[in-house]
Amino acid sequence: MTVEVGYAGTIESEPPREARGESLTRRALRRLLRKKIAVACMAVIAVFYFIGAFAPWIAPYGYNAQNLDLSFHGPSAHHLFGTDRLGRDILSRNIYAARTTVVVTLATLATGFILLPVTLGLLAGYRGGFIDALINRGGEVLASLPALPMLILITATLRPRFDDFMGHVENGIHWHGLVSSGFADYFLIFGALSLFGWVGGMRLIRAQVLTLRDSEYVLAARASGASTSRILRRHLLPNVMPLIIVSASASLGAIAGSEVILTWLGVGVQPPHASYGFLIDEGASRIALQHHPQLLLVPGAIIASLIFAFNLLGDALNDVFTPGAR
Amino acid sequence: MEGVAGYVLRRLLLLPVILFVVSFATFYITRWGPGDPISIYSQQAGYRDPEAFARVRHKYGLDKPIVEQYGIWLKDAALHGDLGVSFRYRDHTIPEIIGPKIWVSARLGVYAFFLTFLIGIPIGIIAAVKQGSALDPLLIGTFLVFQSIPVLVAVPVLVMLLNVKLHLVPPGGFDGIFSSSMIIPTLALSLPGMAGVARLARAMTLGALHEDFVRTARAKGLDETTVILRHVARNAVAPVMTTVIGLSLVGLIEGAIITETLLGIPGIGAFTFESVTSRDYNVILALVLLFTFAFVIANLVVDIVLVMMDPRIRLGGGPGS
Repeated sequence: MTVEVGYAGTIESEPPREARGESLTRRALRRLLRKKIAVACMAVIAVFYFIGAFAPWIAPYGYNAQNLDLSFHGPSAHHLFGTDRLGRDILSRNIYAARTTVVVTLATLATGFILLPVTLGLLAGYRGGFIDALINRGGEVLASLPALPMLILITATLRPRFDDFMGHVENGIHWHGLVSSGFADYFLIFGALSLFGWVGGMRLIRAQVLTLRDSEYVLAARASGASTSRILRRHLLPNVMPLIIVSASASLGAIAGSEVILTWLGVGVQPPHASYGFLIDEGASRIALQHHPQLLLVPGAIIASLIFAFNLLGDALNDVFTPGAR
Repeated sequence: MEGVAGYVLRRLLLLPVILFVVSFATFYITRWGPGDPISIYSQQAGYRDPEAFARVRHKYGLDKPIVEQYGIWLKDAALHGDLGVSFRYRDHTIPEIIGPKIWVSARLGVYAFFLTFLIGIPIGIIAAVKQGSALDPLLIGTFLVFQSIPVLVAVPVLVMLLNVKLHLVPPGGFDGIFSSSMIIPTLALSLPGMAGVARLARAMTLGALHEDFVRTARAKGLDETTVILRHVARNAVAPVMTTVIGLSLVGLIEGAIITETLLGIPGIGAFTFESVTSRDYNVILALVLLFTFAFVIANLVVDIVLVMMDPRIRLGGGPGS
């Protein structure tokens, strides 16, 4: 921060590019860190992901540890948010549910919102022709589908097939426990979410590549004998990276929400594994609504806060990466 | 406007292709997955005779290869408009079954649809006019909170407040648009969408505030309220309406699946989920095609209206497509 004392306080004005050159991403990141709301959002998200990732070490009880003597107990020193019908600790269930959200959002983000759109967008934009047409028409069909009904359809009808397949995989690679650990469920959910997630990002990147393809520096790189893959990796990718970050961050809240809905409908994560979908379902039962509101309010507040933080952060990222858009 | 006509024609020509691909994919996925309607209903009815299963499956052609079944379905659908039989309601055609469900959902969403605009647009305009004051981030932030509460959480919380605590509304069901059973669905379906409308209206208003005609209006001595209402708002509202009508269709379908299932309302959303879980093949297919058709048409209308209002917008997503 010492370098730019002269610019302190003038958040809106653009610092001139330094002679050594600072990457667009780093400059945007620095601007982001100056926004208090963005930093607060990142803190909320970081805490959530930390708790989710280390759930087994943080949760005071197991996600399925039952104690039928303690059915529907209120908050106490031993059980901060009380217990559910089976006497399971609500706090621990919520912590393990965070783990499900962490795994599903990160896996979907990596495949459906970064890997697929970047690969397909770069390919379509740089290659053009038949590959471009194929990717675009495929995207057009997917984008015209109603996402939630299709997600329900895919996860509901393909699950047994998929579990069979994963069973074969387990036997083949002698690595058991994939299905019973719930990993197969995660895989099916993030696969389905990724399938419907890549189109928007692909279009953004393709459009950007089309404008950059004929720029002078790409021409220069090609003239000096750089291969296509090198041009894509070294020259085009760094330029489209900010776009990817903005579009992916705007979708994280929706990804987290989709998993909760699918699980609640019974086609996502399967019991006894914990997910906010189950917690909300249990909290929405008649007896819980009447006598144990914390069963609904705790998971509801957690998931709403997370989505709120994602939405605000998405806005802030949009501001710093595309200045002048508002 | 020639470019627009060509664009519309291209998109309309693509529609049958989309419907073909979507119908085949849906057909294949539903029938390839295990569990078929005959065995599900037979087991529910208590029948256990495998020979009877085979007979009924043969009667409906479910024992043929999937691609051949699709060929038969496609021929009937394309030539006779016959979408096939519902395995759950065998006495009715599919339009007869779906029609009343759509009517329920349409009435359920009607207040939410208008409330989204009637509240969202004024909020956005006020936020834009008050840009720089604390009111702007406060308003936008408040509605962003509403947007961040999933429908799945909002509906049970509303039931807890309005039914369990205050006894204002029934716990669920649907008694027509003039009953208190409309209150929870209306709030649940409209609150999440208002933030999007408000933010778009805010951005549009901010853009319009700096136009020359606004300066002219001020210069000729109009008071600020008249300037905002007559000159700025008009230019901000139209694009918001059309853009969000397309988007809110998506939101309403997704919201309807959750709200109707939670509250036990016999609309198209709850029906979609029931049809999937009971593997009512032809009904699932009809619903997916209906939603797809509605999506494509809604998006096309949004695109056309946007171009007609602002000729600077170019259709087709950039060069080369």
